[in-house]
Amino acid sequence: MQQLNLLLTSLPDGILLGFVFGLAAMGLALIWGVMNVINLSHGPIIALGMFGTFIFFIRLGIHPYLGIFLVAILGLLLGVFIYFTAVHRVINSPHLSSLMATFAVNMIIIGIGTAVFTTSPYNVDFNMGSFRLGSTTILGTRLIAALFAILFTGGLYLFLYKTRPGKYIRAVTNNRAAAELMGVPSTRILALSFGFGTMLAAVSGGLIATFFPFSILSGSGYELKSFVISVLGGLGNPIGALIGGLILGVLEGIIPSFLETSWVPVIEFALFIVILLVRPTGLFGVKR
Amino acid sequence: MKNWRHQLGIIIPVLVVAGLVLWPVITGNNLNRETSFTILKAIALASSLNILLGYTGYVSFGHIVFYGFGGYVGLYFVNEQGWSIWTGILVGGIASGLLAFLLGKAILRLRGAYFALATIGINEAMKAFANNFDLFGGPIGMVLNFSVYKAYGGAAKALSMTFFIMAGLTFAALIISHFVRTSKFGLGLLAIRENEDAAEVMGVVTPDAKTWAYVLSAIIPGMVGVLFFFKNGHVEPPLAFPLNSSIELLVMVMLGGLGTVLGPILGAFAYQGMRGYLVTSDFFKDIQLSVSGVVLLLIVLFIPAGAVGWLRRRIPALRRVLA
Repeated sequence: MQQLNLLLTSLPDGILLGFVFGLAAMGLALIWGVMNVINLSHGPIIALGMFGTFIFFIRLGIHPYLGIFLVAILGLLLGVFIYFTAVHRVINSPHLSSLMATFAVNMIIIGIGTAVFTTSPYNVDFNMGSFRLGSTTILGTRLIAALFAILFTGGLYLFLYKTRPGKYIRAVTNNRAAAELMGVPSTRILALSFGFGTMLAAVSGGLIATFFPFSILSGSGYELKSFVISVLGGLGNPIGALIGGLILGVLEGIIPSFLETSWVPVIEFALFIVILLVRPTGLFGVKR
Repeated sequence: MKNWRHQLGIIIPVLVVAGLVLWPVITGNNLNRETSFTILKAIALASSLNILLGYTGYVSFGHIVFYGFGGYVGLYFVNEQGWSIWTGILVGGIASGLLAFLLGKAILRLRGAYFALATIGINEAMKAFANNFDLFGGPIGMVLNFSVYKAYGGAAKALSMTFFIMAGLTFAALIISHFVRTSKFGLGLLAIRENEDAAEVMGVVTPDAKTWAYVLSAIIPGMVGVLFFFKNGHVEPPLAFPLNSSIELLVMVMLGGLGTVLGPILGAFAYQGMRGYLVTSDFFKDIQLSVSGVVLLLIVLFIPAGAVGWLRRRIPALRRVLA
């Protein structure tokens, strides 16, 4: 009975966090799907999103939920910039090159971030109150963050399926050579997709910053989570990533009720490897 | 006399490493010995990784898992069971080789980025497991009982002994790397790198060849792990499974040149040298990571074959000499 209680208290929280983690993973999955690049600068960009919220709110006094849109725009621009400086030249090279190139970006961001912000933890002092749901208390910031994650997912979905650039992105995902023959400006579309990928990462970082303390190094943990989630949902399937995030959130809510919390990462990564082996297209992946 | 020309591919790397070993011995400076130890360790690990990465073409992002796992197992036997460091190193190497064999059977079916992702997952899973495994001390890890050093004539003696064992392991890594490269087995690996399906058609038993390449690339890191944690005096999960060091190894191999014997050596030298300079220089020390990142990016974008590959392409005469 006590375990059931624990489950009921931790599950809603897990689900809400799952949405936010799913948003980050969506960025990773989008980039992977469109250009077959694993973006190793994902973590630091999440961290930059966190500092974005911090700077806009604490330094400039902009409300975090307004600032998140600024973070999104900056994330998009940063992604396009990273694409043209680091990724474009190696887009057709073997995987090692693009992995190394994005890792170099990772080092550059962390290096500059360490010089500017040091590695000590920061905290955005921000509170949206809380309310009780049965036996559990839900923090307002987490609920709003989850709603924002759903909002951005919906926006991405509409963009991908209803607009022309979105259709271009899906065409390039499907078959870049054929898309180019049909007159799709593939370089611009690739840059845009990379921009969207980093935008989603930055936004999720900005949302996480409203309820967790962070440092410039804390992105790597979320990056690993994003790997797990996007494999769960199917690499290259951005919408599936949100469901993957939910699964991870639920797992993180359930596991502590019968095992010690420190076992959570063991199970997560074991699951990750098993899914890679058994169903590399993810639980909901389509056959590519 | 005709023969030694063919052997230049191994003679030059051995001479370079021998010079590195002799440098602190001749100067008699303990600080130099520590620097040399760090570079030797990097060479041994990078050369081992190169067997999988450079020859076989599989990107392992979590190769450091073998270093950590072997180190944990070896140190456990040295510390808790009172075994000597020699058997400890041996056991660490065997444990890592065994782990690679079992993992290889499973994950080497994956190709390209999927394999790379799986290796990250394995490293993180192992780190999280070590965090929970009481036999290995959980999150605190294991602290080496100081009296262990007594058997080797005190801590100072033991420290100098670890240096020479490290040198021996580095030579072993080079020799393995050379023999794999020049053997028929290695030719099969190179074929897998170029086109796995074609290699299979041509009669390379790819699952076996890949597994053995994985095992060969895991043994030396396991041994180095035991030695390093023996020298270090303690081991804990973040120290044993640092994902960043894993990627640093990739950087070294890439800097020097993939799939060559000399490449990882030059890469380890260049990377450690650059890092040593940046960390200590007044101007760069705050942004040393960024400077390394920029250098890496420039190399990936403009000299993807690494230093050795670039030299080989530019100066055909060197193709006989640099292997």
